[in-house]
Amino acid sequence: MEMFIMSLTIFVLAIFVGVEVINKVPPTLHTPLMSGTNAISGIVVVGAILSSGGSEHTTVLSTVLGVAAIILATINIVAGFMVTDRMLNMFKKK
Amino acid sequence: MEILINLGYLAAAVLFIFGIKGMTTPKTAVRGNQMSAIGMLVAVIAALLDHNVVRFEYIIIGLLVGGAIGAFIAKKVAMTDMPEMVASLNGIGGGASLLVAAANYLESQKLAEMGQFTASYDWSLAVILSILIGAVTLTGSFVAVGKLKGKIGDSNKVKLFKWIVKLCFLILISGAAYFAIVDPLNSDMLVAGLIIVCLILGVSLVMPIGGADMPVVVSLLNSYSGLAGAAAGFVLGNNGLIITGSLVGASGIILTTIMCKAMNRSLTNVLFGGSMAATAGVSKSENDAFYEGKVKFSSADELAMLLDGAQKVVFVPGYGLAVAQAQHATRELANMLEAKGCDVKYAIHPVAGRMPGHMNVLLAEAEVPYDQLVEMDIINPEFAQTDVAIVLGANDVVNPAASKDPASPIFGMPILDVHNAKTVVVVKRGLSPGFAGIPNELFIRDNSLMVSGDAKKVLQETITALKDL
Repeated sequence: MEMFIMSLTIFVLAIFVGVEVINKVPPTLHTPLMSGTNAISGIVVVGAILSSGGSEHTTVLSTVLGVAAIILATINIVAGFMVTDRMLNMFKKK
Repeated sequence: MEILINLGYLAAAVLFIFGIKGMTTPKTAVRGNQMSAIGMLVAVIAALLDHNVVRFEYIIIGLLVGGAIGAFIAKKVAMTDMPEMVASLNGIGGGASLLVAAANYLESQKLAEMGQFTASYDWSLAVILSILIGAVTLTGSFVAVGKLKGKIGDSNKVKLFKWIVKLCFLILISGAAYFAIVDPLNSDMLVAGLIIVCLILGVSLVMPIGGADMPVVVSLLNSYSGLAGAAAGFVLGNNGLIITGSLVGASGIILTTIMCKAMNRSLTNVLFGGSMAATAGVSKSENDAFYEGKVKFSSADELAMLLDGAQKVVFVPGYGLAVAQAQHATRELANMLEAKGCDVKYAIHPVAGRMPGHMNVLLAEAEVPYDQLVEMDIINPEFAQTDVAIVLGANDVVNPAASKDPASPIFGMPILDVHNAKTVVVVKRGLSPGFAGIPNELFIRDNSLMVSGDAKKVLQETITALKDL
């Protein structure tokens, strides 16, 4: 339970940090903000990697699910960052 | 090693925060995005160093396949399709979180057999939550994509879907209680069943929402995709995931609030109120009667003459502009006017386009300088000094009824006050109502002129006419 409370504390504080930082992003950049944060949400790839690493407590099914999760999360990450970069470069020109 | 790995996750989270901070100005945004990408790389390396990772072949295959698919779609996608793209990526992210939760559940069973794990209530809760959020994000996003593409129309079975939603929640809550209290580690079938229920829930939550409200839904699902990551973080006990997930969650929540304000609707109303056009719309004959004989039609030639003498021109782009692919023609016309010494600006309503900031991206693609894109609150007082306001494929966001007529279904929605300009030129394909399904009083005002036609064609004709003057 202690672990849970600590995680919850981190969760709540991080939301406040997020609100503070993101409130300063101008409306012009809201679409890149969305695709950029979307790419960041691909962080779940970390969990997917841990499930696909073949340690002794994984099963065939959990490895299959893990690898599928890596593929999905990586699509999310790579497409998200690249398309954000494409958009932001359009704004940068001037 | 454990300490090093956790420091790696912390470093990644810090890089993400700096990355988002970079997004506060267009000049620093590219660097910001690169910092976030480096943060992701750091997190992936940290995960690879974990003692649980003993074999790399599957991981590498997964990363390569996902990376190739991702790079391909990022290169291919057209800027007009960004809302669909972001919605799809939200769904894919939600799907990844769901799979991670399921894989982790199976691993926990094995660990428990080995006597290294005991299920606690908070672990059970985290498993259920990450399944719920991941699954709802997955199917909800793909329904949203269908609605954005117009492949899934507005549903008239709102009541049925509400009923299904209630049923799903009922099953979910009782299933979750059984799972947590009775037997968390031997409930494979129950978990599989709950996943299916949550997938159905995602569909039923988004189906009754009107196509016009998709910007809100996409923002909200963006938030969910972050929260799904955070929930997976709770399951794994991984703080890096929790911090990052909540950052994304916060971003989605803020954008959702902005979108709701711009439409003057509460989130509950958007989510459970059904489609606006279905409840408030007028019939075609009522619509025709409203405009009958009162609209002054004009031509591209006349528009060119009007613009020739103008000192200050404001373009008001709506989604119709993007549909007609008229961004470049707009830019070309604006260039000509600027060369004549005319002051040119673009008035951007918060819900112009189909997601927050979409219109800005479309105009930036057409090389419109971003300092000419002016937000609603700043441009509104300027309309009184504007000679010509050109409305391109926008409708509800310039309807004066929103500020004057308390009986109007869009009353209270903030609008662009184009009617204060000396002359308003509306370029539109016809007099059909906008998303709100109501006629627009702007079109019959004394200072309004209507040029009917495709925005791109009209603008090109205007450019030619202006050259000939």
